[in-house]
Amino acid sequence: MCATCGCDSEAKISIHRIDQPESLNLGNIKFIPVEPKITTLPNGRKQIDLEQDILLKNNLRAERNRRFFLAKNIVALNLVSSPGSGKTSLLERTLHDLKGQENFYVIEGDQQTSNDADRIAATQVPVVQINTGKGCHLDAEMIWDAIQQLKPADNSILFIENIGNLVCPAMFDLGEQKRVVIISVTEGDDKPLKYPDMFQSSQLCIINKIDLLPYVKFDVESTKRYARKINPTNQFIELSCTSGEGLGKWYEWLKKEMIEAPVVV
Amino acid sequence: MAEEKVKENHATSVESIDLVIGDLAGVDRQALEFAWYSAVENTVLQMAKKNIIHVPAKAKCLECDCEFEIKELYDSCPLCAEPLLQIVQGKELQIKSMVLN
Repeated sequence: MCATCGCDSEAKISIHRIDQPESLNLGNIKFIPVEPKITTLPNGRKQIDLEQDILLKNNLRAERNRRFFLAKNIVALNLVSSPGSGKTSLLERTLHDLKGQENFYVIEGDQQTSNDADRIAATQVPVVQINTGKGCHLDAEMIWDAIQQLKPADNSILFIENIGNLVCPAMFDLGEQKRVVIISVTEGDDKPLKYPDMFQSSQLCIINKIDLLPYVKFDVESTKRYARKINPTNQFIELSCTSGEGLGKWYEWLKKEMIEAPVVV
Repeated sequence: MAEEKVKENHATSVESIDLVIGDLAGVDRQALEFAWYSAVENTVLQMAKKNIIHVPAKAKCLECDCEFEIKELYDSCPLCAEPLLQIVQGKELQIKSMVLN
């Protein structure tokens, strides 16, 4: 028996489409489409054992998005933060500074207005605005629809600027390769403890507006310590879009993501 | 999902629904109770009895391999105090089963 998951290593692999029941014999594990068990109860009632994730549709679409990005060698980054932490300013600055060095695309998410998309469009980078109306997060389906309009080229970087909210966007996988959480020094340094889901699901934490550090009570080391408590593998970059300090590290990180992205042959 | 299943099975409504909700699924029980009645109004779930199966959060320490219950994502291992945890249980957010009539 397999030590990892307890599956039977003696069994033969069988993969078949739901509409074509004949099995394809491949070796060791058996994949069978799972149909919910239906039990007939008295008075014509039926019990359906679904065992289905409520976010299943989103997660399936997110996986399809991820395969799409992988196939086209697109580095898709989901930028999340509370409102006003400087996501759009960071994007503007990045797109301006790295103009001509990488191929960029942007998806902007906001409840209302196209203000952010207009700011991005001014940098000549292709951008699609998603207005969620009353919605508090982007989901994988919205990203798929936006990609249809944006048509990002191979070997590019796609920034997805999520709705300013540290709660709900944590639950929705968009199919991104990396999630980047941005926190600014004008917020509380205990944000990671207050919104642990977001910090747990992110790979990079950007601490923005560090030019304001002399004027605010914000302890960078405490923030890092709290964030590491939740996610010990989190990386950190401290920067300021205004003074430009630390931006070099962010650009290096981006370029490294581009180089390390797995290429599908 | 409930509408879909009712249609597929030529039923009229849902009599009961069992939901599995982990402690770390990001769902607040009180908020769910509060929102449920307005969400199910005029749907096949309007008369449904809702059972919530609550799953406590568990993690495994990647340093010493011990498994334990956690209350928060920032809890650390009770044996070796390492924060390097793998969540093994508590993120569930599922429809387990439904009875249709």
